[in-house]
Amino acid sequence: MDRAERLSTYVLRLADNSLILAQRLGEWVGHAPALEEEMALANFALDHMGQARMLFSLAADIEDKDRTEDDLAFLRDSIDFHNVLLVEQPNGHFGQTIARQFLFDSFYQYQLEALSASEEPRLAEIAVKARKENHYHLRHTRQWLVRLGDGTSESHRRMQTAVDDLWRFTGELFSRDAVDEWAAAAGVGPDPATLVSRWDAYVDDALAEATLTRPNSGWMASGGKEGRHTEHHGFILADMQFLQRAYPDAQW
Amino acid sequence: MQARANTATALEREIWDWLAEMPDPEIPILTLTDLGIIRFVREADDSVIVGVAPTYSGCPATEVIHTSIVALMRRHGVNAPRIERVLSPPWTTDWISDAGRQKLSAYGIAPPAESVGSKRAVLGQEPTIACPRCTGTNTQKVSEFGSTPCKASYKCGDCLEPFEYFKCI
Repeated sequence: MDRAERLSTYVLRLADNSLILAQRLGEWVGHAPALEEEMALANFALDHMGQARMLFSLAADIEDKDRTEDDLAFLRDSIDFHNVLLVEQPNGHFGQTIARQFLFDSFYQYQLEALSASEEPRLAEIAVKARKENHYHLRHTRQWLVRLGDGTSESHRRMQTAVDDLWRFTGELFSRDAVDEWAAAAGVGPDPATLVSRWDAYVDDALAEATLTRPNSGWMASGGKEGRHTEHHGFILADMQFLQRAYPDAQW
Repeated sequence: MQARANTATALEREIWDWLAEMPDPEIPILTLTDLGIIRFVREADDSVIVGVAPTYSGCPATEVIHTSIVALMRRHGVNAPRIERVLSPPWTTDWISDAGRQKLSAYGIAPPAESVGSKRAVLGQEPTIACPRCTGTNTQKVSEFGSTPCKASYKCGDCLEPFEYFKCI
């Protein structure tokens, strides 16, 4: 792979994380437990969608294959998506969505901080923008983690189960392959391993405040970055891509 | 804070004046220059480029703003108007002009309470928000999110009215 291929793959992974998470969050619209939380989740979705669009445009520009941001979002199949498995997991109940969002946003915050200093200036400026937005999200999801974890015995039980169930997807956030190693060496992005200790400390602190127990880090699922997804991914695409597949080149 | 340099050409200055009259689609009480999203107006060879900073990455108003600026310049007979998205330095609420803050308040939206870089904002502590209707400070946050990405929802314990707060980000 040459520099353009590696860089576009790296950017595409970031874009796919944001897009798939935006799509999942958008599923809450019309179904959230309270109007305020519906607005919150829809706002999260909107921010992630905006970040995805900027990242897709950048990836398209770098790869230079005559593909647009829309082509990348709507005309690739599951195996060509590089998002981590965590973001494609189903919404479940509100607590499960909060657990997924908290685990991802806390990782993403450290990733964005590192990317703000990227040697690739176009990536750095997107990261600086996204970082402020993610910070606001994280504050909100952490508050909910604490409120539900340190709430009633039922909300505590549900929140603990949600964190336990999603924990096996957190290992992939810090996994490293040839593209990540190249990015770290080229100063494009952080070596994911360097983010672990700060993430651990932050998550431990939040879990303790929420009276939740940190799950044991046993076997971890991975494969999303390489295009091996959980069964949920195809269903997300079926929903998200239907219009462009059924009516190619349809315009708003 | 905006780069309205003295060296601007007559046309550039004129375009700045037009933009200073152009309402934001979601908060029409503010003009684009009040909001602080116009970064430059530049006459290039055969075209005019306007640099616009997005407020939020996913703000749906961004596209409407771009289209309206281009349409506005076309209406005034400007040749080949173009928009350039400017991400850096990022827009923050600090870019909202003083006139803009006063307009927000008069319109019933509490303006951002402090600078984005202030110690309290950095530590994520809550500032006291004064009610834009009765100026009372006995206010309470109802939701960190509101009808647009840039606002949070509050209620006032003095006059009992709900109001929106332009959040500090």
